[in-house]
Parts: sequence; C-alpha cells; structure tokens
Amino acid sequence: MTIIKTQNLTKSFKDLLAVDNVNLEVEEGECFGLLGPNGAGKTSLVRMIIAASPPTKGDIWVLGKDLKTHSRQVKAVLGVVPQLDNLDPDLTVLQNLMAFARYFDIPKDEARRRSTEILSLFELQNRCNSKIKELSGGMKRRLLIARGLINMPRILVLDEPTIGLDPQAKYLVWHKLIELKSQGVTQLLCTQNMEEATALCDRVAIMHQGKILSLDAPRKLISEYVGKEVWEIEVDSEEKDETVKHLESHGLDFEDVGGRIHIFHVEGAESVRGLLTSPELLRRRPATLEDVFFKLTGRSLLE
Amino acid sequence: MKPFSWRFIRVWQRNRDVFFRLWHSEAPGFVAEPIIILVAMGLGLGAYVGLVDGQKYIEFIAPGIIASYAMFSASFECTYGSFIRMEYQRTYDAIIATPLNVEDVIAGEIFWGATRACMTGTVILAIEAAFQLVASPWALAIPVLVLLEGIMFASIAILFTSIAPAIHSFNYYFTLFMTPMFFFSGVFFPLSGFPEVVQSLSWILPLTPVVHLTRALFYGQFHHGLLWALAIVMVETALFFSIALVMMRRRLTT
Repeated sequence: MTIIKTQNLTKSFKDLLAVDNVNLEVEEGECFGLLGPNGAGKTSLVRMIIAASPPTKGDIWVLGKDLKTHSRQVKAVLGVVPQLDNLDPDLTVLQNLMAFARYFDIPKDEARRRSTEILSLFELQNRCNSKIKELSGGMKRRLLIARGLINMPRILVLDEPTIGLDPQAKYLVWHKLIELKSQGVTQLLCTQNMEEATALCDRVAIMHQGKILSLDAPRKLISEYVGKEVWEIEVDSEEKDETVKHLESHGLDFEDVGGRIHIFHVEGAESVRGLLTSPELLRRRPATLEDVFFKLTGRSLLE
Repeated sequence: MKPFSWRFIRVWQRNRDVFFRLWHSEAPGFVAEPIIILVAMGLGLGAYVGLVDGQKYIEFIAPGIIASYAMFSASFECTYGSFIRMEYQRTYDAIIATPLNVEDVIAGEIFWGATRACMTGTVILAIEAAFQLVASPWALAIPVLVLLEGIMFASIAILFTSIAPAIHSFNYYFTLFMTPMFFFSGVFFPLSGFPEVVQSLSWILPLTPVVHLTRALFYGQFHHGLLWALAIVMVETALFFSIALVMMRRRLTT
C-alpha cells in the first residue's frame, strides 16, 4: 500500500526553486531514503510532508488523506526526528517525553509507561532526571528519536539521524531503526551518509537541485550506474590527458576526480590494464552508492 | 485567519510546568520592582506631592502599578520568552510537528503571557491590600481585568515578536513603546493637566483605558466613560490577537 504520495510537489522561495515537481510514492513498511547534496531540497521536501511548510504547488496524501485538509490527523500518526536538536531545554529528559505525549493527548499514566519503556529501549533510563544540556551529542540524538516514537507513529520521518555521532552511537541508532522497520514502521530518511542509505534503505531517491534524478533499491542503483566494481587509478597531471584519451577510445565509462580517475562498469575489462602507463597504481574496490551519487550529482561543490 | 483549537492548553501546560520548575529564577523580580516603585514614588516622592482632593499619592498610583506591572509581565513573557523558545530552542518547530497547529501554539503562548500578567497583578493587589491601600471590594474583580489586559499585551508582544529580526530588537519595543506608555497612561499623574489633543492621543495607548478601569475597581467609583474604556480594551484585544496569529503563521510556515 502507498502510505505517502506526492504529486507535482513544488516549493519555491524568493529566488530559489527548492523542490521542483516531485512525484513520490512511499510504500507502507519500507525505509525510503532521500539522498542528495546540501541544498538539494531534501529538507524542504520533508518539511512539506510533515505539514510544517505549505507547498507552492502540488498535493500530498498521507495514508490516503489529503494533507491540506487533514494535517492534524496526519501529524497524529507521524514521528518526526529533526536534524537540529529541538529538545526542550527547560525540561528534564523524562519531562521532555511527558510533555510531548501530552501534545498527542496521551493520558498521563500511559505516557509515563511509554516514556519509561522508550527510555530504556534507547539506554537512557538512568538519565530520566538529567537536564538536556547535561547529555552528550549521542544521547540527545537518541532522545530525539525516542521522542519521535512517543505516539507510536506509523511513519517515522528522520532528517540526518546520525549526523555528528561517533561510530558506536551511529550503530546503535541504525540497529534501533532496523528493529522499528521489522515492527512495520515506515521510515522516510534524509541522509548524506551513503553507508547509512545502503544499510537502512529499501529504496533510495537521489535528489539534486530540487528534482529526483533516480529512484531504486541501493543495489540496483549501483549496478545500473556504476557496475559491481570500480577501478581507481592515481594519475599525475601529465599522464592524465593520455590516460583519459585511452579510456575514451575504448568507450569506457569513467569519471575524472581530480587526482584520480574512477572507472565504472569494468566487469571483465581486464584489458584496461594494458592501457595504463603505470598499472601498479590501479586499485579495485566494490562499487558503492557514493559512486552513484557522484556520477549523478557531479563532483564540484554545489553551494 | 485560521482558528485555534482547545489544544492550545497543551502549550499553556508546558509553559506552566517550566514556570513552576524555574519560577525562583525570575518571578521575584516581577514583584520586587513594583514594591520598590510603590515605596519610592508613593512614600518618597509622595511626601512632596499634594493632590487636589487630599488623596495620598501612594493611593493614587497603587492601581496603576498593578496595571503596568501586569503589562510588563505579559510583555516580557511574549517577547524575550517567546523569541527564545521560537528561535533559540526551536520549541515551536517541535510542537508544530505534533497535532498542534501554529495557531494553537501562539494562542497557548498568549494565554500563558496573560496568566503571568494575572499572577503578577494579583500578587501586587494582595501586597497593596496588606498596606491597607485597597478601598473597595470591587478590587476583587481586578484579577479578571488584568487577565484580559494580559491577553491584549501578550498579543501585541507576539505581534512584535513575529517581525523581530533579532532578540536585540526588543530593546526598541521596551524603550520606545513600553516605557513611554508606563509614564503617559495616567499611572503617576492625571492626564488632565495635558492639552486636549494629548489627552485624546493617550487613549490610543492601550494601557490608558486599563489604568482607568483598574482605578475604578480599586476605589469602587464608576462612571460612563469606563464603558468606552472597556470597549477599547476588548476591541484592541480581539484585533491584536487575530493579527498575531496571522503574522506568526506567516513567520513559522515558510
């Protein structure tokens, strides 16, 4: 079943087209990734889906309900984990969850039960009475996710949930998200972390300049755009032109990355070795979503 | 304008919880200052002031002190307080992602600001009663009046907050709007000494009608002009409240 659907969704600010005619369908129970460089329009898109910002044009349906007319009902089944920490610093850890439960009209006893349960799920049970400023970055992030679960949402919307976390904290968050998915919670995940998208998402949409460039399962995107393996060659600037010419003449798919050349779709192309002036500088590695990302959105800084 | 719903109470409850957790960090100031003013001006300056009808100066300023400090309470809460919650703590963003809408959040903020005004006004009234300054049982209605006054000033404050680019902007609000109002609304001296034009203009300042109403209840002395005063307060409250909601929706949902 389609749980989120957008049609011709557009958002423009004064002199910027942030989201440009996006048509999306997120299926119930999947983890759907939005991948894109800074300024690609991910956050603008998500802000419209959570009813925090009105579309300039186009429609959004969540659970079959038109968001324009049913924003309250939709927001009641959403869990939102924002990129910036907006925990309530005037309240303690437990009070943060209790106050949030109250926004959802969850009765006090039930709110207390759920808060305690969620806090231990995220290993924060010893921090109930801590102030927010006493928490580490990882704890704050876990509490933000915990808070997003207080209403037992059917859809969890996460904007960069592991940005700035150490590896331990990051894996803990991933583990929890995978668990939630197995319980049937649909996830819409904005991220710039390719490893995260590969690890968590069933499908990924690559977004650039407000448009969705490509949408598929991470593995399929990789095999379609770059193949199974990538070869990297380090080249001097003098050798580069010659190497590039060689590669071009053999019709190979490659990208010039400054000091390196990445060659894609090289399965069974052992002959490439022969084209190189210094083949010992060639390195083979498995292709990743990052290669797809670069290929689709370009190398240069976009801002 | 989109209407607000009963859910505003959730924001009011949130602010109440925070207030009772942290009240000792700010509430005493809101009571200490009016007492200082009352003593310094009322007794100190008052010794040199002779009023026409032989009234003591401290008795003259007592009701206006209630009205002005109720105004200050609502104004601080919905300027600095609201701005910090909106811009620094991002509390509004977090709440708007729940079933509450912008209008619920802002109505909650305004009614909380009004509650602060009511608390301040009531405490000062009680202190003045202890000083045996209160002359009429009608004074028991003053908390209701300052609650209405609080809604008006909280709305005006939120309206200014909705266009404030930075927290420093509130310095203007207080030095150019609040302080002049404090001095030219008939709290410390009757406006009758001013030319007619100035007197009429002072009625545009929202504090003036409130001071007249508070004084009337304080002494139990009523006249027809008070109906006008009440009408002005009610109309301004409804007007500023509605504009505040519209402006905040504009600021928060870009």
